[in-house]
Amino acid sequence: MNDFTYHAPTSLDDAVAALRGDGGAKLIAGGHSLLPVMKLNLAAPSALVSLAGVPGLGDIADGGDSVTVGAMCSHAQVAGSAVVQARIPALAAMADGIGDAQVRNAGTIGGSVAHNDPAADYPAACVALGATIVTDRREVHADDFFQGMFATALADDEVVTAVRFPVPGRAAYAKFANPASKYAVAGVMVADGPAGVRVAVTGASGDGVFRVAEMEAALGASFSGEAVAGVAVSSDGMLSDTAAGADYRAHLVTVMAKRAVEACG
Amino acid sequence: MPTVTMTVNGMERSGNVEGRTLLVEFLREHLGLTGTHVGCDTSQCGACVVHVNGTSVKSCTCLAAQADGAEVTTIEGLANGSDLHPMQEAFREHHGLQCGFCTPGMVMSAVDLANQNSDPSEHEVREWLEGNLCRCTGYHNIVKAVQAGAKAMGGGS
Repeated sequence: MNDFTYHAPTSLDDAVAALRGDGGAKLIAGGHSLLPVMKLNLAAPSALVSLAGVPGLGDIADGGDSVTVGAMCSHAQVAGSAVVQARIPALAAMADGIGDAQVRNAGTIGGSVAHNDPAADYPAACVALGATIVTDRREVHADDFFQGMFATALADDEVVTAVRFPVPGRAAYAKFANPASKYAVAGVMVADGPAGVRVAVTGASGDGVFRVAEMEAALGASFSGEAVAGVAVSSDGMLSDTAAGADYRAHLVTVMAKRAVEACG
Repeated sequence: MPTVTMTVNGMERSGNVEGRTLLVEFLREHLGLTGTHVGCDTSQCGACVVHVNGTSVKSCTCLAAQADGAEVTTIEGLANGSDLHPMQEAFREHHGLQCGFCTPGMVMSAVDLANQNSDPSEHEVREWLEGNLCRCTGYHNIVKAVQAGAKAMGGGS
């Protein structure tokens, strides 16, 4: 890992100023996405700006028809939150299935969405639930936020401060996990909420999270596992690695979608 | 070079580190606390688990700078003199180790579980140990040790 300057600002303004002061600077939250890629020299920022000392980023708030999760909330906090468990249990369960206990203690929702790993769980939850990504300067709908592998709508000096999830009528997440990393080989979040039925897939495509319109239409007509069981997705553009080939990943998407629908009850 | 200061096993410790210095490197190479091991260095194996502000984390995927000001507990901080911590004693009693490389991380992870759940089921223990890999034991005795250690701790560390 290359060396870098470490900044520990104590306000959002100072964090943004530190980013603007160094074109090679990156934010660090829990570091569980960023540090592994830095160890591989896939990222070599000249400075890291920690959000750990910035107040106001660690709260979970029940807004009635939505739940807002602060960007610095760890996966363990989301999984253990009484608010999330009561209002969006599928989100709590999804967070409880990320990595392992120690990863969940350190990794954050803000870091996960900003990193947009194509095998991360949160992008599927954000897109399926129709979440809004809140930053220091604007709000971006999940549909517009995730823009392909490791790419998002964020400007270089922009800071995710929270993610707001509309409360769905029903939702569930099913994941076929890599046995070593617990990253999704294929993960499908199905939500029946204010924006209708949404099916969002992570882990499978090289372009990151995507929706399956044909499954959404089928579920709109009949919300049942059988409705999606016959809907195949193309293996074009699917990831292929030691965990699973493209054809198998495409197959898994349909299987996970069926399981998620059936778990919605 | 930035200076970091943290409370390690109850004692205030400081050192000059690089930005890229990992917490595990600070513990092992700056403080000589080599009980915390580095196995995979990719946050999967759990040999490097320590407690930061009371919760278990993988110190190979934490910068020393991120732990600045924190309370850190390593495997060296568990025993009271020659009296083993109840979780360590349970690992000895139930033979929850063979080569011992994974043991410090196993014990630190198990103590965190026991702090939250004084009577974990076998299933809960196995789920919790997802991030702690042992290539010797087959886990059976580790699971027994964690259950016994958690009961012996009685809800307190």
